[in-house]
Amino acid sequence: MVARLLLQLFILLLFAPLPLGVINKTKALFAGRNGPPLLQPYYDLLRLWRKGFVFSRTTTWVFLAGPVVGLAVPLLAVQLIPFGGLSAPVSFEGDLILFVYLFALSRFFTAVAALDTGSSFEGMGAVREVTFSCLAEPTIFFALLVLARGADGLSLGALLGPHLAGQWQGEGGAALGLILVCLFVVLLVENSRIPFDDPNTHLELTMVHEVMVLDHSGPAFGMILYGAAMKLMVLSALLVRIALPLQTGSLILDLVLFLCGLFVLAVLIGVVESTMARLRLPRVPQVLVGTTLLSIFALVLVLR
Amino acid sequence: MTWLAVGILLIAVSGVPGLFTRRDAVAGERSAVLLLLTGCVSSTVGVILTLHTGAGRIDLAWALPAGRLVLQLDAISAAFILPLLLVVVAGSIYGLGYWSQRQHPESGRGLRLFYGLISGAMLLLLCARNSLLFLIAWETMALAGFFLITTEDRLPEVRRAGYIYLIATHTGTLALIGLFALLGGDVWPTAGSLGVAGSSALFLLGLFGFGMKAGLMPLHIWLPGAHAAAPSHASALLSGVMIKTGIYGLVRLTSFFAEIPPWWGWTLLLLGVISGILGVALALAQHDIKRLLAYHSVENIGIIAMGLGLALLGRSYGQPALVLLGLASCLLHVANHGLFKSLLFLSAGSVIHSVGSRDFSQFGGLLKSQRWTGLLFLGGAVAICGLPPFNGFISEWLLYLGGFQILQKSGSALYPALLLLPALALIGGLALACFVKVFGVTFLGSPRSAAASQAHEAPRRMLLPMALLLVACVWIGLVPTSLRPLLEAAVADWTGSSLTLPALAGSLAPLGWISLAGWVLIALLLLFGLWLRRCSTASPHNVETWGCGYRFPAPRMQYTASSFADSLVQLFRFGLWTDRHGGKVGGLFPPATQFSSHTPDAVLERLLAPAFAGLAWLFCWVRKLIQNGFCALYLLYIAVTLIVLLTLFAR
Repeated sequence: MVARLLLQLFILLLFAPLPLGVINKTKALFAGRNGPPLLQPYYDLLRLWRKGFVFSRTTTWVFLAGPVVGLAVPLLAVQLIPFGGLSAPVSFEGDLILFVYLFALSRFFTAVAALDTGSSFEGMGAVREVTFSCLAEPTIFFALLVLARGADGLSLGALLGPHLAGQWQGEGGAALGLILVCLFVVLLVENSRIPFDDPNTHLELTMVHEVMVLDHSGPAFGMILYGAAMKLMVLSALLVRIALPLQTGSLILDLVLFLCGLFVLAVLIGVVESTMARLRLPRVPQVLVGTTLLSIFALVLVLR
Repeated sequence: MTWLAVGILLIAVSGVPGLFTRRDAVAGERSAVLLLLTGCVSSTVGVILTLHTGAGRIDLAWALPAGRLVLQLDAISAAFILPLLLVVVAGSIYGLGYWSQRQHPESGRGLRLFYGLISGAMLLLLCARNSLLFLIAWETMALAGFFLITTEDRLPEVRRAGYIYLIATHTGTLALIGLFALLGGDVWPTAGSLGVAGSSALFLLGLFGFGMKAGLMPLHIWLPGAHAAAPSHASALLSGVMIKTGIYGLVRLTSFFAEIPPWWGWTLLLLGVISGILGVALALAQHDIKRLLAYHSVENIGIIAMGLGLALLGRSYGQPALVLLGLASCLLHVANHGLFKSLLFLSAGSVIHSVGSRDFSQFGGLLKSQRWTGLLFLGGAVAICGLPPFNGFISEWLLYLGGFQILQKSGSALYPALLLLPALALIGGLALACFVKVFGVTFLGSPRSAAASQAHEAPRRMLLPMALLLVACVWIGLVPTSLRPLLEAAVADWTGSSLTLPALAGSLAPLGWISLAGWVLIALLLLFGLWLRRCSTASPHNVETWGCGYRFPAPRMQYTASSFADSLVQLFRFGLWTDRHGGKVGGLFPPATQFSSHTPDAVLERLLAPAFAGLAWLFCWVRKLIQNGFCALYLLYIAVTLIVLLTLFAR
């Protein structure tokens, strides 16, 4: 088991920044540019690692708690989730609730760290982040209910087990399709992607997540970026597993399959970002409520 | 049991010696705390001994008309008593610093007298097994609570809060008198021994009377004002413990019946969801830190009611797993909320003590001057949001697990109850938003007022009790399995012999994993945190916050409590009816303008107050019509009454 824990960590730590590179490359291709190299997120992290810190005189220790929690939470949460065919290293009844609440913990500290600077821009980002996330929360639980309906346990490992392949072909396929859409929206919200947030915008007034971490610098900022990349990968793993519930039995093959799934998902996010405009802020809650309704339909479908 | 009885007596009279000392003498407050501590130790010993030996019952004849004097302690009572004792101890020590006799010679002695009295009365009612004894303890508690709330009775809003509380609690007591009259005044029946006949009336009366005390949503009207008006350690006691006596009443009442009609569970579940969501939405809209915390009590009572509702549904539909997880989460959340809510009230009190205001617009940047208070408040905030690794997560986790059980086993009748999971998730998300706001606006950023910039740390006698409560929160969060025997015994006591329960051990086995995850999380955080701290100490700490190009940022530009909550409050405007004044900017060169928003309690201010004002007007009008000063008309009334009576009773 320790070997599995370490392997899971190793995969996460090694591949987490890669999807970001893929997304940026896709966007560049759509825009007709060459774009930054695929490994640019790694270079960014390395560069930040070597830089020093600058702290505002308003800040306290809470300011550093944001990056610390943001980095620690994905490391813990990743142990609960299967990477494609590689089953979850740790699995127990009800771990799905721990999974969701761990990310809530990281959101709490990121938002609090933003308020620590006393800047109105970062306060604005914190408000938007907690508002949108709390509206996405019911969707996650409806999706988990749909998944739990077909599974024979209440762990993420059991929910995302090999039975999903049968469910796609059977009656549950439509519901799975619906929650896949819902979870994709949640993925975009939680990781601050277009159409909910634009990670590359140049205007602080329109940012959500980026404006929250405006004052961070050096390795602390690196920790935030790395943590965000890992969060993207962990949540993507959830989607990849639902969409691609194959299990070959060979570790290498499963891993390759999972990485392919991750790659496709990253390209998909890139395509969405290139073809859609950012939503107006008042529209975002409406989209999220709509997603909740969609997930209720999925639940009704499986309960019928 | 004798230990417990002695403890109750000591606690109840703890404030009496102080009445005979000088107004500004410290001897009174010290003797009160000493007596209270002795009483609490004695009670704790009594509870632990009784739980171990199993036989705890005092049965004496008394001179009052109904029944006998019966005190009994079972696991349900113990689950309520243990957190109560901890909160009472913490609050009384805190009171030495917060409301010292020297600073408040006019009200200190009364406060201590009623603090002891209410604690003793609550302990008594949690052990009482006779309707009359229960009602006596209940009324003592309610009246002592009134005097705690009106400690500062020279302020008009405090008098108003006390008045509303008094009306509400007595309306509730009226329903309870009806309940116990129907139940019979004798010693209470054992669990699971009453038949179905007439049980619905009992349940409705109990739901009204106990729900009024607990603060379930449409009946919560007294709660925000009262908790804001009382001194902070009294608020901690009222909010952390006293409102739980309503939950205790509901738990005890429902344990009497052999069969539970399904609509009981559905009603409680629905009320729980409404209280939870609207409670936290109202909390978001508040500007007063203690009113905000009071609305969070409504929210948490909602979560507790959801657990109880789930357990009742489990009884109705014969699902032992639901009973087990629902009631375990209900009881555990009662304890948890008692701990973290009193922690929050006490640390909020420490902020109010040094800034001299309850308004968020006066706070800001307090973490620099109040390091420990801020840390303790942060602990309480993380716990109340139900985040790991604190205790709130454990009870919410049990409730979630109970909800998921519906999906696994049962038929379609229970499916609507599945909605409690997304509702709980929404409540969790909103509570998180609210406590980010509270902590951020109070402790972070730069000070918004002169008082906040000159704030000072609370004395040690205020910090230590808070630390004690935080340790209890962490302990339940990290070693939840230690409470398993108590919860198992309480669930068994609740169901009587009507249902064979599965071992809680099976359902609670994952708690071991959760506590492991908590330890690992804390270790990781410490590791990363210390490392980051070590490599950042040499860096410059004296630059201005990046103002996105603007060079003269001021504290007034920070997000305020209202602006933080505004987008969420707008989403919930259908249930809040916020008053908004001003804020319109017009023209090319707009003049200075003002904006204010205020969210009064929807039920009290929009519904009950106008309704009662209308009734009062109606009765005045009728009285004017009848009593109009014409002597002849009065004679006519007498004549008409006489004729009516004669025709009715003529043989």
